[in-house]
Amino acid sequence: MPKLLLKHPRSYALAILLGLAPAPLALAAPAAAAPARVQAVQIRNFAFVPAVVTVAPGTTVTWTNSDDDPHTIVATNKAFRSSALDGGDTFSFTFNTPGAFQYFCSLHPHMVGKIVVKAP
Amino acid sequence: MPHDKLDRRGFLHCAGWTGAGALFLMNGGVAASVGLDAALAAPARRGRTRPFTFLQISDSHVGFDKAANPDARGTFVETVAKIRALPAKPDFILHTGDITHLSKEAEFADADAILGEAGIPVLHVPGEHDALDEGGGKAYLARYGKGTRGAGWYSFDHGGAHFIALNNVFNLRPGGLAHLGDEQIAWLKRDVAGLSSSTPIVVFAHIPLWTAYADWGWGTDDSLQALALLRRFGSVTVLNGHVHQVLQKVEGNIAFHSARSTAYPQPAPGSAPSPGPLKVPSGQLRSVLGIRTATLVPGRAPIALVDTPLA
Repeated sequence: MPKLLLKHPRSYALAILLGLAPAPLALAAPAAAAPARVQAVQIRNFAFVPAVVTVAPGTTVTWTNSDDDPHTIVATNKAFRSSALDGGDTFSFTFNTPGAFQYFCSLHPHMVGKIVVKAP
Repeated sequence: MPHDKLDRRGFLHCAGWTGAGALFLMNGGVAASVGLDAALAAPARRGRTRPFTFLQISDSHVGFDKAANPDARGTFVETVAKIRALPAKPDFILHTGDITHLSKEAEFADADAILGEAGIPVLHVPGEHDALDEGGGKAYLARYGKGTRGAGWYSFDHGGAHFIALNNVFNLRPGGLAHLGDEQIAWLKRDVAGLSSSTPIVVFAHIPLWTAYADWGWGTDDSLQALALLRRFGSVTVLNGHVHQVLQKVEGNIAFHSARSTAYPQPAPGSAPSPGPLKVPSGQLRSVLGIRTATLVPGRAPIALVDTPLA
């Protein structure tokens, strides 16, 4: 039996029930072979944690505000900009282009961080 | 500018006043109002010999509902009720920013409705929480910017003193402090150029114009350029909010005063991991919310301040 990576196990079960061969399904979901790249950044005590992260191209970075004060994530080069994140709110951005992206909180500009995007 | 003489009866009357906000007492003097004169025309003009008062309130953060004060709206309403109960009606209120918590239209409207109950004009400067709309402050300017210059700065004369409203919260830059910008400083230079050095100056802005604590961004990177234009004046009083506590500094003829918030306290500089809202036992909240009484006697610097808790 060929090794299969299926996004939806239920579909796989359905395929068996219908008596279909699994091979065509494997062809139908080739993207599943590459796991989604994600990176979390916490906003805590008026700081980005971690302040500097290195990710592969295609990575989605998600910031979560764990403070009781709102914060924003604003790229210095204007590549991305969140609205105000109240406590518990999140903001995500997918980094496809290699490079170093500096950002800060436009409410509390002493809060700065950097996302370094480079191929592994 | 004529030298203002203190009306002693009026002074004694007002010196006994202990309400919310900052109370300034001045002799009548010449009210050569410019700029926001229309806004200030609402209170009854008083004679030259009668003193006038005004208030400072700050950081109402309408919309804030976190643990440090689940009902920031409620304490703001209480503050306005205190103002209404004052025995002597002030001519106007200065609100030193962070009217709202998240710059939502509903928060601005709510704050205006609450402040409207005070029954006296309110003059604003924005806090960084008032510039969180998509336009980065356009909502604030649409509501409060009429008749102002640049990004909402303005000045006016009242009772012989010159009041200057500055905006140091728009377009904050990464890694640093608050910022006034060259355009605003150039305007300030022109604004004070014709004033006699004996004119009492009152500057109000949201973030401190001196570096109260750089690690938390409590300062303004180009404030020295602005202050240099004011050093020739005999009495300069700088009022700000932002830090949600009373901090004071005197530098020559310039006195800096940070006001309490009407919403929640913040920690003393460096006393906590961050400047975030400080939760105190609920029974103590009103003891750390904003009340200041100040007396300004023209020709006699510095002004006297009395800070009193909300309850």
